[in-house]
Amino acid sequence: MTQEQDSVITQEMRDAIGVESDPVSHEIEKGAIIKFAQAIGDDNPLYNDEQAARASRYGGIIAPPTFLRSTPSGPMKVSIQSPFSANLDGGSEWEYFHPVRPGDTITVTQKFADVYERNARAFGKMMFTIRETKYVNQFGQTVALQRSTGISYNPPS
Amino acid sequence: MGDQVYFEDVQEGMEIPTLRKDPTTQQLVKYAGASGDYYQIHYDQTFAKGNGLPDVILHGALKNAFLGQFVTDWIGEGGTLRKLSCQYRGMDVPGTPVFVKGSVTKKSSDDGENLVECELWLENHEGAKTTPGYATVSLPSRG
Repeated sequence: MTQEQDSVITQEMRDAIGVESDPVSHEIEKGAIIKFAQAIGDDNPLYNDEQAARASRYGGIIAPPTFLRSTPSGPMKVSIQSPFSANLDGGSEWEYFHPVRPGDTITVTQKFADVYERNARAFGKMMFTIRETKYVNQFGQTVALQRSTGISYNPPS
Repeated sequence: MGDQVYFEDVQEGMEIPTLRKDPTTQQLVKYAGASGDYYQIHYDQTFAKGNGLPDVILHGALKNAFLGQFVTDWIGEGGTLRKLSCQYRGMDVPGTPVFVKGSVTKKSSDDGENLVECELWLENHEGAKTTPGYATVSLPSRG
């Protein structure tokens, strides 16, 4: 019982689970794809070279797998405010269904899927927030799903 | 684009060619700009240390991108990435190389699709696996 009294997870946080954000649409520019590929240091011609990509089965440039990290969702309608000041990214699980191409309009929605806490040796209590993000193109096709883990904690003084 | 790997070429337990990356502070700034992730722990050392971190650290999503490159380099133009996941268990700092490694764990055919599951990870120059993950890919058949 003590553990529950000490919990940083509130009913308000639990109520935020499953509430989807308003959709936000992003126009995908070829230059943004190439800049992203350069930033991650990936010289794959499919992401960088229109001529080579045209000769491929894709018929043109496509985006690298994690490019969708650059197309954020809108603000959550009901947010989960962590009591901790510092944040870390815990990881991502992606599922891919269709390529993302220049000229696409990608509509992004996100919802909280879970929130829980754990004790960690280095930082004490940490809060884990799981978000599910859906990316849909202009044809109504879901191109990708991302399930990501956010971690928040209080830095040791 | 290199030689295409086919489903028939792949066996369970087979190693996937290692990818070496040399992340620098400049790359973290480029990645911040390209991704829109401007959290200061990735380029402001004072801020990073104030958050209890050893130094500025690599964006987890940049390591995720390295894992993605490792897989798409291997499967070539004819292969398709279906699933990619990773966990950021340890932090990585710029200025030293990191290596992405992995192997094939399972082959299966589902509804005419040739699926290959892999385990993969990113390790630092001391050999510590900071970022384990999994991928599922679809490979073309020679048949």
